[in-house]
Amino acid sequence: MKDDGARLSGDDLTLAYDKRVIAQGLDVAVPDRSFTVIVGPNACGKSTTLRALARVLKPAAGTVLLDGERIGSWPAKKLARTLGLLPQSSIAPEGITVADLVARGRYPHQGLLRQWSREDERVVGEAMAATGVAELADWFVDELSGGQRQRVWIAMALAQQTPILLLDEPTTYLDIAHQIEILDLCADLHEAGRTVVAVLHDLNHAARYATHLIAMRDGRIVAEGPPGDVVTAALVEEVFGLPCQVIECPETGTPLVIPAARHRAPVG
Amino acid sequence: MPAPTPAAPPVPGVPGRRLGRSAGLVAGVLVLSLAVLLSLAVGARPLSLGDAWRGLVDPAAPAYTVVHQMRLPRTLLALLAGAALGVAGAVMQSLTRNPLADPGILGINTGAAAAVVSAISFLGVSSFAGFVWFAFAGAGAVAFLLYAVGGGRSATPTRLALAGAALNAALYSYVTAVQLLDTATLDRMRFWIVGSLASAQTPIVLRLAPFIALGLLLAFLLARPMNALAMGDDAAQALGANPARTRAAGIVVITLLCGAATAACGPIAFVGLMVPHLVRTLTGPDLRWLLPYCAVLSPVLMLVADVLGRVVARPSEVQAGVVTVLLGGPVFLYFVRKRRVVAA
Repeated sequence: MKDDGARLSGDDLTLAYDKRVIAQGLDVAVPDRSFTVIVGPNACGKSTTLRALARVLKPAAGTVLLDGERIGSWPAKKLARTLGLLPQSSIAPEGITVADLVARGRYPHQGLLRQWSREDERVVGEAMAATGVAELADWFVDELSGGQRQRVWIAMALAQQTPILLLDEPTTYLDIAHQIEILDLCADLHEAGRTVVAVLHDLNHAARYATHLIAMRDGRIVAEGPPGDVVTAALVEEVFGLPCQVIECPETGTPLVIPAARHRAPVG
Repeated sequence: MPAPTPAAPPVPGVPGRRLGRSAGLVAGVLVLSLAVLLSLAVGARPLSLGDAWRGLVDPAAPAYTVVHQMRLPRTLLALLAGAALGVAGAVMQSLTRNPLADPGILGINTGAAAAVVSAISFLGVSSFAGFVWFAFAGAGAVAFLLYAVGGGRSATPTRLALAGAALNAALYSYVTAVQLLDTATLDRMRFWIVGSLASAQTPIVLRLAPFIALGLLLAFLLARPMNALAMGDDAAQALGANPARTRAAGIVVITLLCGAATAACGPIAFVGLMVPHLVRTLTGPDLRWLLPYCAVLSPVLMLVADVLGRVVARPSEVQAGVVTVLLGGPVFLYFVRKRRVVAA
């Protein structure tokens, strides 16, 4: 995918929770219309970076720019119509139905005088269709499986109708089939023209789906670019401290990380 | 997974449910009207519903004096205090994401009571106009304390519930202690404390009305941002809501509603806990429906409790606050036991 500039970028960011500094002097740019995936070991600052890009976390120093303007100066609802975030820790209110939860994504499009409209109705229907949860519309979210629930949350973010969508570990706690299902959905959303940014744990998934990969460690970006260039044995060793081989994935041709084995043969 | 189809099928159920919810609200208003008429009709001198109605609207009717002097003030008070407590409970449960949150249980009403008792006993304040401000101060102080304990990043529903319960117990002891030490005002306060509507006077009720009206209006305006906040702070911010401002406004709402209601009729517990729970089984968690339903159905509970209180111990009366708990407790337990089935 060609890089046609970055609508969303962070410049010389210092990110901290209270006094605990997570990242310093961080420059990050999300190529427009890319499927950018941020990877790195636990506590490397990848989710923190995503939260800063979404203005959920205010940087202690530095600026996040969206369309050339400081993200802090964007009106909240206008920002929420441009940039969507699926946080890691969303709570489904008890007893809420799928359709009602997805409908809450319309918040930034509504106001005191502009309550529920036909347009909202249509967009919510489309979001549920695109994520394959339309037939679950009247179900209670509590009753769904983990994979279904995650699709419902993504549907809610879609109902926000934002050209940029940030997802914080959307595949965590899902089994492998549901992980692939969610990532395929993200790839569909990307192909439909959105800029998608996701934080992922699984390096092989990242290499398979990303058009732009950002590898972080200790609050720094160690490498970034197309996964084919970024994912090398040396880099994996540097970022994760894991000796490995990198081979070509027989299915997609993308890099596939094979961790080095301490036990050559099956034990026992 | 099949390629997503961006077709736009109608959202099944949504329009139908909105219609159902509207119809339910209309039905609720009818039930409320009936409860109001009952409250005007029942008492030491029972009237037929028709006589009660004529007594309300026709100055020449024989029942005019009874209705307007005796029954109307307490009926209005039950309406206002009931709506205030029910909506305040729903707001608290939503803001704290804690189903146990209730202005009675978490000490907000007791905080208002403690301030009023202090004002009566130590400062000699004796008029409603005087102690309504103390009630606001007490309710506000406790609400803010709870917010400080329960609003921080590390706060959990458990911490909030424990802090609230501890605060409630401490304030309750204080109120009791002041009453015991000051027997002169004990009698006057006793009825006020357990939540009686009997001493209602029209001027007091009218003075109370603007506070509660303002609180209710603000609560309804907060419904959508609080809906967003119910999904977590990050999600709310991602949707363009402002969690800090929403919480602060919510505290103002709770303070206004609980302070005014407590100042007028003492700390009535349980309405704020029970009604939102029961209503949620009808409306789901959407506050745009939950709050109006609570505003309509909480007064029904208060009115029915008050009417029953007038009937069961004739010629004496049992306070509405007592009946609410006696009446509501078993119903509530039944619903709590049944809730899983309702949700499924």
